[in-house]
Amino acid sequence: MTTEVGSETEVKKDSEQLGPDKAKDNPEEASETPENQKSRETPSEEAQDSSSVPAPTSQSSPSSQKKEKASPESKGISRFLPPWLKKQKSYTLAEPKDETKKRTTGEQQVVEESECQAPDRIAQPQKSLEEAAAENQHNAKADDKEEKHSVSSAETQPAKEDGKEREVEKVAKEKEEKQAEKEKRETKEVQTAEIKTESIPQKSPKKIKTVQCKVMLLDGTEYSCDLEKRAKGQVLFDKVCEHLNLLEKDYFGLLFYENSDQKNWLDSSKEIKRQIRSLPWIFAFNVKFYPPDPSQLTEDITRYFLCLQLRQDIASGRLPCSFVTHALLGSYTLQAELGDHDPEEHRSDYISEFQFAPNQTQEMEEKVAELHKTHRGLTPAQADSQFLENAKRLSMYGVDLHHAKDSEGVDIMLGVCANGLLIYKDRLRINRFAWPKILKISYKRSNFYIKVRPAELEQFESTIGFKLPNHRAAKRLWKVCVEHHTFFRLVSPEQPPKAKFLTLGSKFRYSGRTQAQTRQASNLIDRPAPYFERTSSKRVSRSLDGAPMGISDQGLLRDFPATGGQAAGDKIIDIEAAGQAKLKEGGREEDGSPVKTPQLELTQDGKSNSLRVDGENIYVRHSNLMLEDLDKTQDDLLKHQASISELKRNFMESTPEPRPNEWEKRRITPLSLQTQGKKGDHIFQVKTLPGKEKQWTAMPWIAGAKPEETNKSLEEEITSILFSKEGFRAGTGGPFAAASVGPAEGAAGEETAASAAPPPQRHATRAEGPCTGVSDADKSSHETLDIVEEKKQAEVGIEETLVVDETNKGKMQVATDAGETCKVEHLSKKDSSSLPSDSSSSSSSSESEDEEVGEYQPHHRAIEEVIREEQEEEEDMKKKEHEEKIQHVEATPEGSKLNVPVEHTQVTAEDLVQENAVTIATEEKNLSEEIKQDLGEEKEEEQLKLNGDVSHVDIDVAPQIICCSEPPVVKTEMVTISDATQRTEISTKEVPIVQTETKTITYESPQFDGSAGGNAGVLLSAQTITSESISTTTTTHITKMVKGGVSETRIEKRIVITGDADIDHDEALAQAIKEAKEQHPDMSVTRVVVHKETELAEEDEE
Amino acid sequence: CRQALRRAPGPEVDFARAEREHQLYVGVLRGKLGLQVLELPADESLPDCAFVEDAAVVCEETALVTRPGAPSRRKEVEAVKRVLESLNLNIVEMIDENATLDGGDVLFTGREFFVGLSRRTNQRGAEILADTFKDYAVSTVPVHDALHLKSFCSMAGPNLIAIGSSEAAQKALKTMQQMSDHRYDKLTVPDDAAANCIYLNIPSKGHVLLHRAPEEYPESAKVFEKLKDHMLIPIANTELDKVDGSLTCCSVLINKTSEL
Repeated sequence: MTTEVGSETEVKKDSEQLGPDKAKDNPEEASETPENQKSRETPSEEAQDSSSVPAPTSQSSPSSQKKEKASPESKGISRFLPPWLKKQKSYTLAEPKDETKKRTTGEQQVVEESECQAPDRIAQPQKSLEEAAAENQHNAKADDKEEKHSVSSAETQPAKEDGKEREVEKVAKEKEEKQAEKEKRETKEVQTAEIKTESIPQKSPKKIKTVQCKVMLLDGTEYSCDLEKRAKGQVLFDKVCEHLNLLEKDYFGLLFYENSDQKNWLDSSKEIKRQIRSLPWIFAFNVKFYPPDPSQLTEDITRYFLCLQLRQDIASGRLPCSFVTHALLGSYTLQAELGDHDPEEHRSDYISEFQFAPNQTQEMEEKVAELHKTHRGLTPAQADSQFLENAKRLSMYGVDLHHAKDSEGVDIMLGVCANGLLIYKDRLRINRFAWPKILKISYKRSNFYIKVRPAELEQFESTIGFKLPNHRAAKRLWKVCVEHHTFFRLVSPEQPPKAKFLTLGSKFRYSGRTQAQTRQASNLIDRPAPYFERTSSKRVSRSLDGAPMGISDQGLLRDFPATGGQAAGDKIIDIEAAGQAKLKEGGREEDGSPVKTPQLELTQDGKSNSLRVDGENIYVRHSNLMLEDLDKTQDDLLKHQASISELKRNFMESTPEPRPNEWEKRRITPLSLQTQGKKGDHIFQVKTLPGKEKQWTAMPWIAGAKPEETNKSLEEEITSILFSKEGFRAGTGGPFAAASVGPAEGAAGEETAASAAPPPQRHATRAEGPCTGVSDADKSSHETLDIVEEKKQAEVGIEETLVVDETNKGKMQVATDAGETCKVEHLSKKDSSSLPSDSSSSSSSSESEDEEVGEYQPHHRAIEEVIREEQEEEEDMKKKEHEEKIQHVEATPEGSKLNVPVEHTQVTAEDLVQENAVTIATEEKNLSEEIKQDLGEEKEEEQLKLNGDVSHVDIDVAPQIICCSEPPVVKTEMVTISDATQRTEISTKEVPIVQTETKTITYESPQFDGSAGGNAGVLLSAQTITSESISTTTTTHITKMVKGGVSETRIEKRIVITGDADIDHDEALAQAIKEAKEQHPDMSVTRVVVHKETELAEEDEE
Repeated sequence: CRQALRRAPGPEVDFARAEREHQLYVGVLRGKLGLQVLELPADESLPDCAFVEDAAVVCEETALVTRPGAPSRRKEVEAVKRVLESLNLNIVEMIDENATLDGGDVLFTGREFFVGLSRRTNQRGAEILADTFKDYAVSTVPVHDALHLKSFCSMAGPNLIAIGSSEAAQKALKTMQQMSDHRYDKLTVPDDAAANCIYLNIPSKGHVLLHRAPEEYPESAKVFEKLKDHMLIPIANTELDKVDGSLTCCSVLINKTSEL
């Protein structure tokens, strides 16, 4: 043992080793506790299954000795070594080295991550094929090693399995496979190993260890099921929902209580065991997100569960209401559960069996009875609906309260709800921060911070801190905020930040569906209303009144302090032994079998927390993502979604043809040679560079830009102005229909970004793009070139801004050319075959345009297969759309247009660099606009889902050509997919003729050229979020990359403003830029691209 | 009302004229709008007794009898309470000696309460109000440079807040907007005092708005006149205005059919 300890481990394997170590623990522990043995063994066995299962036992003795050595509580190395492993060691002298390494790491881990061990101990290989596949590459190295040391590999396997969640699992899988191969060679050794394992526990290996879970349901009943020990939260949650026959389940969640008032939501994406640690497997099924408008729920059964939750909330006092409301809600409850009032059956005191209020009076019961009589004829479902209609108006409906103190130590309550964060002092609301107002949410130790956008007249954001009772409370609050914000404000969940080595801080993100998604999904629910029985709420209210689960659970927990003590040493006591799960359960309750006490839990938590203390846990919310849809009523939203799903269906059904995909379509921008109208789309690209100084620089540019814009407009030509370090090229293109803004280069989120980026309105314009005659056609082609170039520029424009040396924490700014960026991204891509041309001059001059075009395309060809599939899907959809709207197709491959405004912002303290692109487009609304919007949205969503993990996606920029034929035949769009193999012709007929004027103005910061040339970067994450309100569409694309130790975050924000000529576009632009700056104070604006599309009156046509 | 409390010395109140104006006020409510008006007998020992609004907050079936911020007015509530009791409302009394609340600081929007924290109303008073009307959010709004919250604002429609143009008024409005989950329309009038109007939704008459007369505040009256959906009734309140009395001050609106 000692020798092992001494040796050092390779960094390389660290992550994997961690896993193994944990796994190693298992067997050991098993040895310690007879009962536990089974459970622990099994995992190891399973891991080895392929290789070692069939081995006879011969060397049990050594193992037993070792067991003895390692006292249960000792944290010595021995502890982490599985008994069989140890034995093996003795057996195989050849590979001490390897083992040592692992063990050492194990130790280190122990020291560092003691908290983690508990959950990790049970190594049960869960094999998800997908994950395994994904990880193959990663693990390849490890595997190789293992293969070399055949013997050792066998040993390592189990260990690896557990490690860090998915990775470990994947690794395990791979290992298993490898093991299979190795089996032949290793048989001898393997056998020995197995022997040990078996001998130790004296128990037969069981493959599946299950744990019994209890879930308290909302109707007061208890649901129990057996779960695989390492099951994730989702498994249990799905089981419960299935049991309940509940489809709209995203509003619900499972709670577990640490003590009576500390409720935690079970994260469905994580293993249950890791979350509850030593707590009993008892959960409460609860409403997690209270829908602001329950009438929008699709199914009655969903409303019923919501009602049950609210009755609980009301009866327990969590949801305060007045006497009258108590009585009214109570009467609806009676109506729903008892039906019409029956004087015969319902005597005076029938009501007292129900609990309607925390302190229910005779008077109230009388009032309830009186009101009950007035509900005659209401069906249970109707009564529930009425109940909800009244309950939802209560001011505390859906508000999740957390105790806290303000900066002055005054007791306050923080309430998290659908709309934001509410601050209460006593029962008075003293402040409110709507989600759009909050820029960032973070916690550190027991402090919880929100960074708030500056008020109207203020210049700086303020950060407001609150003190929570402890670290865990702060984290809980933070998580709840993240979840609520995501659920209610975002269209799709944000991808959790990718794990970086040594990254501090929580990576938690809400992983479920958002309200928008769940609504969309539930629109597709097609089943007869499920029958369900409304159980009497008597049980609920009486038995659960107050904090139902928590209290009882706590009681349970506290009953077993002694056992807890023992457990404490180990940190892990598995309640669930494989075959004995049930028995144990029983034991727990009655005997006080090993169960950790809550107190112990807490201490553990403390440790775990300590690790993270230094990391700032930050959730940056991009408030622009979803503009407050103040203008949209719920109904509108509903309709909107309905229409989306409808469209989606249609598209799915349509026959696929090689078609311009979404991207291409979006890239097709309306070209109008002549600019006349004043209404138009403004696209603002705002790039922000790191460095706060630069923030301010943006303004001057903007100021300068405006005059330029005007001048251009005078020319009535499309203008593009680029301000770059090189200066700016103004009016170079002269007449372009320029709307192209470079496609996001990028990597990760390229696709998403692109998809998200194009404003719906644009679609409309493009589709119906005005043609102004033959002469125009010529011009158009000409223009396209320009456009392409612009595109390029845009790409180029996307700069890397920031570099933060993580280790040093020093910040460096590195500006790279767009080309570089592209390269980086490509590198990160597996499939990327073609590298983007290096566009050295970000502010491309007009001369280089042609060339750039050429280069550009190949760059875009590289597409991941996955993405392609996506695109195809989209294409189909697009096609359909095209068919509908466009009948005439022409193919003229020349240039492609992209509108992807990019804005770079750098966030600093957090090492985040954000890119913001703001595009503001104003345009008159076309009829088609709506539809297109829908499409766009839908597509975006889909892409997001698919792309979720695919961090880098290349958007292929296909050359698109727009030909203008003479009106009334309007316009032809040629779309070519990146491959160039796919070409789609689309012609439009009978499309309303809309003449469009397009202008693009780009402002770039000078820094853009700095170059960290040729850096290969690794894309860490990319995400795109889109929000939409009636007149505004905001797309935010965030890419995080690591280049040479420097991490960079770019935020690209595009805002499309649609409106009439009345809108003051300059003001809108200024406003957008201002907002962008406000939102990301730490970043600077590096680039602003304004794209203006104007619909021209017919008279104005050439 | 001759000795009514004032915030600042000013011209004498023409009692006769005040009386006439008040008669008109009552006449409109009773005669023109068909409301049942219960008039409390004047009590000369309580110079501010005309401003009944401050003595009670009535919402739905519940009436909160306040504890006015001005000690000299505490007795006013007794008479008000008696009347409210006669209406079979659930009466809640503010007995906490640390609490003060003037009804003039309470703006009920139909969805929530805003309580102005002024010299007359304190936090504790607001808390009691929140306890009394649990269904509604109660947000506090600091009030400076004005007697009451409703000295510069009031509801002018179901979702419409009439607000004065002064800095204090605008600041308070901003606070209210931030505190609310709901988004209100606003009607900005040049004169703070004119922003205090009385909105009534009377089944047979629709939206009714009593606002200050054009002779008093011509510019503000013009703004009100733009409300096309409202039945507009200008009412002069020149005399009580001198003692900080506004339109809403003189009545407590109760949505209930009385058996009296």
